[in-house]
Amino acid sequence: MDRLIEIVQQLVNGVSLGSIYALIALGYTMVYGVLRFINFAHGDIYMLGAYSGYLLAPYFAHFFKFGEFDTFTPQNTLFILSGAGLVMVLSMAICAVIGVLIERIAYRPLRQRPRLNVLITAIGVSLFLQNMTQYRLGADPKAFPQLIPIHVVGGLGNLTILTSQLAIILATILLLIVLRLIVMKTKMGLAMRALSLNPTACSIMGVNNDVVISFTFALGSALAAAAGILVSMDSPSINPLMGNLPGIKAFVAAVLGGIGNIPGAALGGLIIGILETLVVAIGFPQWRDGIAFAVLIVILLFKPTGILGRVEREKV
Amino acid sequence: MSRALLVLVAALLVCLSVSLFGENLIASRYAYYYDILITIGINVILATSLNLVNGYTGQFSLGHAGFMAVGAYASASWSNHLDPYLLASIGGANSPFATNVAFLISMLLAGSLAAIAGFAVGVPSLRLKGDYLAIATLGFGEIIRVAILNTDFLGASRGLSVAGSYTNLFWTYGSVAICVYVVLGLVHSTYGRGFLTVRDDEVAAEAMGINTTKYKVMAFVVASFFAGIAGALYAHFKAFLTPEGFNFFRSVDVVVFVILGGMGSTIGVIIAAIMLTLLPELLRALAHTQFVPPAYQGLLENRLILYSLLLITLMLTRPQGLFGDPVAIRKRFTRSRGN
Repeated sequence: MDRLIEIVQQLVNGVSLGSIYALIALGYTMVYGVLRFINFAHGDIYMLGAYSGYLLAPYFAHFFKFGEFDTFTPQNTLFILSGAGLVMVLSMAICAVIGVLIERIAYRPLRQRPRLNVLITAIGVSLFLQNMTQYRLGADPKAFPQLIPIHVVGGLGNLTILTSQLAIILATILLLIVLRLIVMKTKMGLAMRALSLNPTACSIMGVNNDVVISFTFALGSALAAAAGILVSMDSPSINPLMGNLPGIKAFVAAVLGGIGNIPGAALGGLIIGILETLVVAIGFPQWRDGIAFAVLIVILLFKPTGILGRVEREKV
Repeated sequence: MSRALLVLVAALLVCLSVSLFGENLIASRYAYYYDILITIGINVILATSLNLVNGYTGQFSLGHAGFMAVGAYASASWSNHLDPYLLASIGGANSPFATNVAFLISMLLAGSLAAIAGFAVGVPSLRLKGDYLAIATLGFGEIIRVAILNTDFLGASRGLSVAGSYTNLFWTYGSVAICVYVVLGLVHSTYGRGFLTVRDDEVAAEAMGINTTKYKVMAFVVASFFAGIAGALYAHFKAFLTPEGFNFFRSVDVVVFVILGGMGSTIGVIIAAIMLTLLPELLRALAHTQFVPPAYQGLLENRLILYSLLLITLMLTRPQGLFGDPVAIRKRFTRSRGN
């Protein structure tokens, strides 16, 4: 019985970590779907999301009483969640704008150029975002304000699930549903899917490809920003380089699930998160950063299309 | 002897004589410039060797720092653990002959181990193309770093002190000369034709019966060998190694040298490596003059902000780099996403 609880516990930890990777991976996979290139700067959008939250929260701290509640109670839950949700939505909006600007300034002029040029530009953008943040706000880690009270969720026996972990998982599910609706039910989503199938035919059908690409960047950046906020709720120390490793791991997740495939990115994120938790749980915590790369190399060598890459023809 | 070989021998002799007669003077009187000189040499080796892969062979590697780390730690371990025995048997730690022989052996070991690592990495990952290869090499570089971080023998995260600061002008610039000689020699040989065909059109090369994998792996192994040599020089220059010194940004530094110089132009890449090693020093000096308000000092002192802007503007305006051949680059990149 103890063994079972231990396993469930690690699974929950893995899923909450994996949710973060999944949210970032979606941005990689969507941009890859429409532009066929790896947006190296995506991990830094996640970092900027966390920083936007850090800079925004003080404006709402007084009204929403951030940090003043010690526990969730039936009376304050809605109030707390609306405060945290507001900060999150605003950060997502800011990062969506940043994502669109990056695409407009750095990537769009290179649209007809070789992919390698765009990759190099993306590395440049990534370095720029990191180092400008470092220059403007300092390289030292900052304490992220407490948006929701963090304590163990009651009524689960020996399982230790933190409210922050639960928030990550629930918010991710919510965002995935919203994303699914946008991609499958709206006109813009239809245009995204069409663009990823065939850009030329898509524009002949009267779709403005530029608008769709901008929208894709906005959507992906907003999801990354949400991941940044969620992760900062759980481990409230943020720094300008925090996007590097999660960014690369999320990319691995996107490749693992089949790059260009939306459900694949979510699945890949979960798998990477659970694997990483397992590596720590079985006693190799130092190797947690290595496992994602090992997975990447194995998957690229044996099934470069990823898990869902071939089955699902829909690519966005 | 061919002309190139003569030039090489002459260059080595010049390095040797400068080192014999000028080393102590420069190192003691102008220690700051001496440091920069050695750093330039190490960076030139890294850039020239990476250019063989990224420039001439057209594969995009982002893991050069990993191979440098292999070389640095290999030569450091050799010097720390085996030098005492070696030195005792050939003349003692005070004999210049003995220390230089010991350094040569540790450098060769460093290069060979890095080359083996390059082979092990290259064989599986060079099947990949473009951005996938970039990410895979980045992954391998990080795995090497994480492995060092977890090896107690190599000092793990505490870092590793290196016995013997053997690196001097002769070894540094001698290695530069040999590296440039080997790279140019390879490029102008039959193998070089192989590299260039792989770069220009891989499918056509394969159709002509060229074993593209062989050429890619060969370029990768040679580049890794020299990255290992650069690592050995670095180890015996800094006398202290940490895994953080070989992270992703170190690889990016080298890639920036290659891109600025122009992929596939050895002289351009060398000039770029020299310029970009000097530039942060100049900017740092400039930052502390009266012309720069204190608020902007950090902007000038952070070389990565400069590099990032350089990369972006270069790609937007002159993707072939400062000295690259525009025609070759355009040809190489024609298969972008058209339809």
